[in-house]
Parts: sequence; structure tokens; C-alpha cells
Amino acid sequence: MPILQPRDEDAVRTEFARIAGPVKLVVFSQELVAGDLCRQNEQLIREVAALSDQISVEVLNPAIDKERAQAYGIEDVPATVVEGARDYGVRFLGVPAGYEFSNLIDSIIAVSSGEAALTDDTKASLAALAGDVDIKVFSTPT
Amino acid sequence: MRLAQHMAIASERVTATAIDATEFPELARAYQVSGVPKIVINDRVELLGAYPEPQFLEAVLRGATDPAGDQ
Repeated sequence: MPILQPRDEDAVRTEFARIAGPVKLVVFSQELVAGDLCRQNEQLIREVAALSDQISVEVLNPAIDKERAQAYGIEDVPATVVEGARDYGVRFLGVPAGYEFSNLIDSIIAVSSGEAALTDDTKASLAALAGDVDIKVFSTPT
Repeated sequence: MRLAQHMAIASERVTATAIDATEFPELARAYQVSGVPKIVINDRVELLGAYPEPQFLEAVLRGATDPAGDQ
């Protein structure tokens, strides 16, 4: 049974008209750790990816693809990396449903062009960062 | 999450991870998540709720500055 309803798909397709280049969604799944959630996440990501021919999906198992998981900094499942021309550092831990779904769609469009929707002042401040910054955003599905 | 992910796109220094607090209760407990959205920057600066871009940036810059000066 599909997760996305036809009206959701129509809305996302309209948004995806703005996709400017290839996007890869790298999904980390591990059946033995969180089977239900990983299956749900994989299904949602595949349904989203099916709405644009610019989006590809790669599924990895962190227990098997250890080096890739380490390179992406993924320690938990389900996890999804939203990658454009490069890995911009955008990750979703858990199924990006509910509130986070719109952020997933927004991040796909944003990484497709590599253009951040921020003011010039913010971009200038970020360009001057001397150290790495890890931002965690905790939310709930509803 | 939107501002955080756009900051990640703007800077190679920034990573942004959206975490479902209900699916990862141990992480939520470790970071003392009592409300959402809760934002944690470099494990030392915390925000609760949605903030406009200038205030969010200010928190990010504060988080980027290691008080011990060893960044």
C-alpha cells in the first residue's frame, strides 16, 4: 500500500518542477536493527524518487557498507542522505514523514541547484566559519 | 530544519541532521529534548522553537566558537 496519496504526489510533482540537476538519496537500512522503520523509510524515499527522473536512490546497510556509512557519519538507521552535486551534509534520521516531509522535499530541490535560500549576510557569515558546525534538529512527525 | 539544511548547502563546514525524536528516544533523552523543534549546535548551544534567520545564525556562530579556543 502506497504511503503517498495521489494528491500528495501531485503536490510534490509540482514542487519538483524546480529541480535543477541530479539528486541522490542515499538510504541506510538495517533490517535487524529497525526493520519496520527501515522498510517504511525506504518505501517513502522510493515513492518520492519516482516523482522525478532527476532523483536516484541507493540503499546501503551500515553493517555491510561500513566505510560508506562512516564516510557519511551515519551511525543509526533509518537514515537518509540528500546529495546533489556533492554531499552538502543534509541528513534525515528516522522516517521523514509529517512535518519533516516538506523539509525533505525542500532539501531535494535545494541540493539539486546547490543554491541556499539565505540572505547574503548569512552566506557571508557562514563563509567565514573557521570550524565545523554540526546542527541537530529534533522534531516529531506531527 | 529548513534553515539548518540551507546553511549546510551554503557552507562545507555545516552539516544538518533532522532527527525524529519519537523514533530515537535515547538520542532525544541524551539531548534532553522536552519540546520540539529543539536545535543543538555542536553539542553546546541549544534553541527551542522556531527562530528567524538572524537569531538562528547568531546561535550557529556562537556554537562554532569553542570557548576553550581549541577548534
